[in-house]
Amino acid sequence: MANPPSPSIGAASPPLPGGESELEAHLPSKRMEVNLGPSHPAMHGTVRMKVELEGETIVRADPEIGFLHRGFQKSCENVTWTQCLPYTDRLNYVSALMNNFGFLNAVEKLIGLEIPERAQFIRTIGCELHRIADHLTCVGAIGLELGGMSAFLYCIEARELIVDRVTELTGARLTTTFGRVGGLNRDLPPQWLESVLKTLEKIKWLVGEVDTLLTNNRIFVDRMKGTGVITAQDALDFGFTGPCLRACGINYDVRKAHPYWVYDRLAFDVPLGRNGDNFDRYLMRIEEIKQSDHIVRQAIEMIKPGPVIIDDWRITLPPKPEVYGTIEGVMAHFKLIMEGIQVPAGEVYDSTEAANGELGWYLVSDGSGRPYKVHVRAPGFAILSGIRRMVEGQLIGDLIPTFDTINMIGGEVEQ
Amino acid sequence: MSAFALDKLTAKFPRAILERYRDRTGGDWGVIDSESIRDVASELKDDPELDFKLFLSIDAVDRLMLAGPHPRFEIVYFFYSLKRGEHIRLKCRVSEECAEVPSITSVYLGANWFERFVWDFYGIRFRGHPDLRRILMYEEFKGHPLRKDYPLRQRQPLVPERPIQDIFRGPGTNRP
Repeated sequence: MANPPSPSIGAASPPLPGGESELEAHLPSKRMEVNLGPSHPAMHGTVRMKVELEGETIVRADPEIGFLHRGFQKSCENVTWTQCLPYTDRLNYVSALMNNFGFLNAVEKLIGLEIPERAQFIRTIGCELHRIADHLTCVGAIGLELGGMSAFLYCIEARELIVDRVTELTGARLTTTFGRVGGLNRDLPPQWLESVLKTLEKIKWLVGEVDTLLTNNRIFVDRMKGTGVITAQDALDFGFTGPCLRACGINYDVRKAHPYWVYDRLAFDVPLGRNGDNFDRYLMRIEEIKQSDHIVRQAIEMIKPGPVIIDDWRITLPPKPEVYGTIEGVMAHFKLIMEGIQVPAGEVYDSTEAANGELGWYLVSDGSGRPYKVHVRAPGFAILSGIRRMVEGQLIGDLIPTFDTINMIGGEVEQ
Repeated sequence: MSAFALDKLTAKFPRAILERYRDRTGGDWGVIDSESIRDVASELKDDPELDFKLFLSIDAVDRLMLAGPHPRFEIVYFFYSLKRGEHIRLKCRVSEECAEVPSITSVYLGANWFERFVWDFYGIRFRGHPDLRRILMYEEFKGHPLRKDYPLRQRQPLVPERPIQDIFRGPGTNRP
């Protein structure tokens, strides 16, 4: 649109069409390209977002990923099945246990194993604790990046408590490498369940604080409500799963739809949103923290003593006295370490519900001790590909909360 | 699991479904003629009885080291039906010489990045893809790293710096 030639300043200017005076008329603007990231605190360190702006409005957003690519699949194809486990920690490094157990679940399905009940309960407890941790990190980051530092501090304090419990359980803060094919590599430490219950009480209080700080906070609600909207139709089309899909009102949770481990024996609700905006995605996370808390308490009530790993020396390492004392033990140990678990040839697609959605594994085995193909369907990958649809036509300021509420984790997206 | 959906597809596209089998873990697979994958995908999505609206994933397998008469590449597709509560697993087989399949981006928006991923890591082209660039690797990368004949410790040549005319305003300013 050509602007009319502006009259000289000072002269009594005729009113412009639309009742605007010259001072209030729109200045001619041109499109500007802005780079966000990859080294930008709001981009979580790994994503470069090329944003084309018209004034403050985003015309085009093009996320560029791959800065954290580590060759996950290629690495897995060249090590034994057990050795893949440390790589899976580094997919979603905020909730590593869910990746560990998700991968093991798929491998066990491919072999056709049923793991002991106690191991199933411990996996469920570990997963739900890490789900709380993941959601807390997400909620904290939203608060922080919208200027609410105190919410972030409460969240991180609560998350640290979970990290402490996970450290007691696995020996590592973040890269847990916990669990083995066929169960778990060790039982719970003594008094651990009691300290988990104490931790849950503390977290309940902290989450309550965050809830009061944010959910009814006028500034927070104004930034979150109605921004980053995606319709249910588009969300399905892009492959959204987890809280981001449920915020659109679609009831799909792998734990309910295809229960694995002991989820069918536990009572919990799947929170659903309606609008598919940032605020609903935030509410989903707060609500799921409460549900996970509920699940962990039930699992602690129901867990019984017993073995935590199956007793099959072709799959699990023999106990150390057997390794040092018997020839069968030392042979089984040697073969497992040197050749790996002989997973029979075949293929499987299996999925579990991770904190951000369906974590799917497509595994192909050629019958040797190493995976032939390890495909991971990271929930964040599909969600990040849909961010264009959520931010284009919106203000640049809304990009930040949108990017936070989808909770993209660089490790799993960029493999 | 998804036998009903495969039955229905076989009735509708008798020539597109080349093979059906059940894997050891109970998953039903349909091998689709690669030229028909777009039609099959849109039928799965739009048929109200099937309702495979949730896009899950696409990936490929390089069968170079596996025995069998099949062509080198397999592209695998996973969708989910909320109404029927089941996954569907499809695969297309393409040879190395004509490693190209129609893109299903026009059916499922989410296929966009997954197809870019397969192109990036296996070098399989998707005809009709709106923006077939590499996704995790950089444009100057030589080869496709998840092919089985790509060595694990392969080194890449150094990449010359891209020209930046306006050094103070950074990349993107050298566009006309």
